Amino acid sequence: MDQFYTSDVLVVGGGLAGERCAVEAAAAGQNVTVLSLVPPRRSHSCAAQGGMQASLGNCVKAEGDNSHWHFLDTVRGSDWGADQEVARIFAEDAPVAVRELAFWGVPWTRVRPGKNSYFIKGKRVDIDEPAAKAGLIMHRDFGGTAKWRACYASAGTGHAVLYAVDSEVVRLGIDVYDRMEALALVHDGDRCWGVVARCLRTGGLTVFLAKATVIATGGYGRIYGKYTTNATINEGTGAMLAMNTGQVPLGNMEAIQFHPTGLWPSGILVTEGCRGDGGFLLDRDNHRFVAELEPEKQELASRDVVSRHMMQRIRDGKGVDSKFGPHVWLDLRHLGEKHLKTKLREVWEICRDFVGIDPAKEMIPVRPTQHYSMGGVRVNKDGHAYNMHGLFAAGEAACWDMHGFNRLGGNSLAETIVAGRIVGEQAAAYAARQSLDVGTGLVESFVKDQSDRIAMWIGRQGSGPSIYGIRDALGEIMMNKVGIFRTGNELEQAVDELKGLLLKIKSATLRSKAPGMNPELTFALRLESMLKLGLITAMGALARTESRGAHYRSDCPQRDDSRWLNRTLARWPDGADLPTLSYEPVGMLDLPPGERGYGGATRISMEQSLEEYNQGVEKAQREAGRLDTSEPMGSRIQWGAWQQADPAASA
Amino acid sequence: MADTQTKARTLKFDIFRYNPAEPDKAPQMQRFELEEAPYMSLYIALNELREQQDPSLQFDFSCRSAVCGSCGMMVNGRPTLACQTLTADLPENIALHPLPTFELIGDLSVDTGRWFRRMVEQVHGWIERQEEFDPTAEEARMDDATAEAIYERDRCIECGCCVAGCGVANVRPDFLGAAGLNRIARFMMDPRDKRSKPAWFEVVSDADGVFGCIGLMACDDLCPKDLPLLDVYGYLRRKALASALTPHKKTSSNR
Repeated sequence: MDQFYTSDVLVVGGGLAGERCAVEAAAAGQNVTVLSLVPPRRSHSCAAQGGMQASLGNCVKAEGDNSHWHFLDTVRGSDWGADQEVARIFAEDAPVAVRELAFWGVPWTRVRPGKNSYFIKGKRVDIDEPAAKAGLIMHRDFGGTAKWRACYASAGTGHAVLYAVDSEVVRLGIDVYDRMEALALVHDGDRCWGVVARCLRTGGLTVFLAKATVIATGGYGRIYGKYTTNATINEGTGAMLAMNTGQVPLGNMEAIQFHPTGLWPSGILVTEGCRGDGGFLLDRDNHRFVAELEPEKQELASRDVVSRHMMQRIRDGKGVDSKFGPHVWLDLRHLGEKHLKTKLREVWEICRDFVGIDPAKEMIPVRPTQHYSMGGVRVNKDGHAYNMHGLFAAGEAACWDMHGFNRLGGNSLAETIVAGRIVGEQAAAYAARQSLDVGTGLVESFVKDQSDRIAMWIGRQGSGPSIYGIRDALGEIMMNKVGIFRTGNELEQAVDELKGLLLKIKSATLRSKAPGMNPELTFALRLESMLKLGLITAMGALARTESRGAHYRSDCPQRDDSRWLNRTLARWPDGADLPTLSYEPVGMLDLPPGERGYGGATRISMEQSLEEYNQGVEKAQREAGRLDTSEPMGSRIQWGAWQQADPAASA
Repeated sequence: MADTQTKARTLKFDIFRYNPAEPDKAPQMQRFELEEAPYMSLYIALNELREQQDPSLQFDFSCRSAVCGSCGMMVNGRPTLACQTLTADLPENIALHPLPTFELIGDLSVDTGRWFRRMVEQVHGWIERQEEFDPTAEEARMDDATAEAIYERDRCIECGCCVAGCGVANVRPDFLGAAGLNRIARFMMDPRDKRSKPAWFEVVSDADGVFGCIGLMACDDLCPKDLPLLDVYGYLRRKALASALTPHKKTSSNR
């Protein structure tokens, strides 16, 4: 072991959720340390493009917006898989979070008074923005929302927000260790004490002990190999930490979002803001097929719905052929060069740099691509992990769970900041109550586990399978068999094949024994856990015999609220060959399960009354491992308040 | 989709190799050959080389879409982002070196993270203000043209290409470089930042700041994000000069 550090709050992950947690905990007077795989400003939060949802209601098309509408849209978007209290907390806090970011320097696009020209549902529309709103934060339209709600800075919103938050981290003098990977949590089965980490500069092991540990490592999209918009670092390193305790459950890992407009074939994200600002999706006959299939929301139905329409179109032979396979077109030409180069500047650059086209003149080849992990480390509303005192999680790494089975565009950036504020505060409060009385024997045993694992990889002789081959096989299985359209048959095959890969990796060998950080070793140390995350995802999808949000079973196309209005919890017990799945209620229901307003799916209604369902939630979640919260369950639900937004929703 | 594919070339990569964990092995250039594929970027090419030919090869990528700034390197002598460099735009012989001016981590990987953290600390790269955030208040208003102008400077991804390509930064490690000066300009034009003219003058006007620049302006040519670095340089010099020519009292309220 090279070094040994202690702090009050340890944040694993230097993206937006982690850094916002760190700022909150530091402001509460706690000593905070942040670990990050990359310098924090290179975290994948920087790649978020189009916007951050908050119901400020500042422009004409946002008039009348409020947290009730935002709550409604979020729960409908989740296909009722969300914890509604968390969705309510989120919707209430998002406006303050956005304004705080403005205070910290985010150059939000602002309301321009007077005549503004927009594209709405395929038509150019001129709207006068009133002088009374001049200079307030502007909104753009996004998918699945009743009002224009996404606050934005061109198409570089994530970058602008990340730089502002990281600036606060530096201003507060918070210690950040970049190129530092947490390999394991130090815990005694009930209480977490920090992590054993590996330095990605030197390869040395370091122990970071803390009274409270926060996992904020983002998603696990890279289990889909190259079929993802995610950065190469999004390999689920935080979900692994929790999974490998054998205690902490991962929630709803089968809830995987596919973004409609991944650039084809590289998979680079092209923001939903393109469609928000009026872009069209066209098939090979230049036909606006999504607008026809979704007359109400058109191209701005939720992502799961639009992605399915696109893939179905391609399956029907109406995709555009290319040497990499079929795609559809995203057409932005009518938005004009000036708009593209200012309000969608990053899209214009990506088109220029990666496919060599000018989107003002040419159409963009796109195809649905893995984008977001709704699932993650299961936590209560304070962000405290199930079954593990002193462990917290926030952002995409967590299953908090405001997204349920489908996240709305712009709700993830907003979640990182809102959850960061709350979880940072809770982690700080927890740390303030605790002492750091951990035995050195326990710490040493976790260090030894990791040094043994490294020695095992370095020492394994022969020419076994390559870790990169196993990784590629994982990606193919996940995309082809645990993808947008799922069937029991294919999921069974996926489970079998993933089990095979878990056997295969036991004989895999490294080609390089280079000392230092050794990139091949670095990846090998993650890969077995990536396979396990894949298996948990596939098994969860196989077991869930219904369609809800992004989890779509062609063989079970109905949403089944009588049997599946619940959350999957997956644990991987120490030494077990397979994970165990269990279920808990999604949370207390305020908005009764109903129609989403797009997608046209049918459903089986719940048999229980809302009251019966809600009465069982607390006991069932406690049995599932939920720890006590600072306030009682349901304290922040504003029962029935959503009716102020949309009285018809009670139907 | 633009179809620029020609018949496959065999690319010859000469790549700088040095692993600080093996101090006895001298730095060297290593030759690799790779068959070119359509739309091949250096992100694709380097990963293929690592996975198929030499798994010890160190380099940094993350977003692979030119927004995270991880993959700055010298490509045939020119600092640029590897992920947005297509091999089709390069000759058959491709020489890759790590960015100079930054500490070497290994092979093509350099420590830009610590450099930029120090720079942000040095220029106080955040909104300097006295008041506390009021969660009950409406956001302070801002003209959209001002917001756009700030965003234009805020877009810097801290890849380090401008620093690596800077004649001054290559000989003077404390020089802020175009990225540092741009960061200053970004906050200087932001009405939310309450620093006074003398406070700004202190940050920009010494030899590590704008007067350290000798005007070669390679930064402006090299910036992968097309930031208007020439304008930044002119803006800061004008501001510094105006500040120097304006009589002002020494105040104790500003740092």
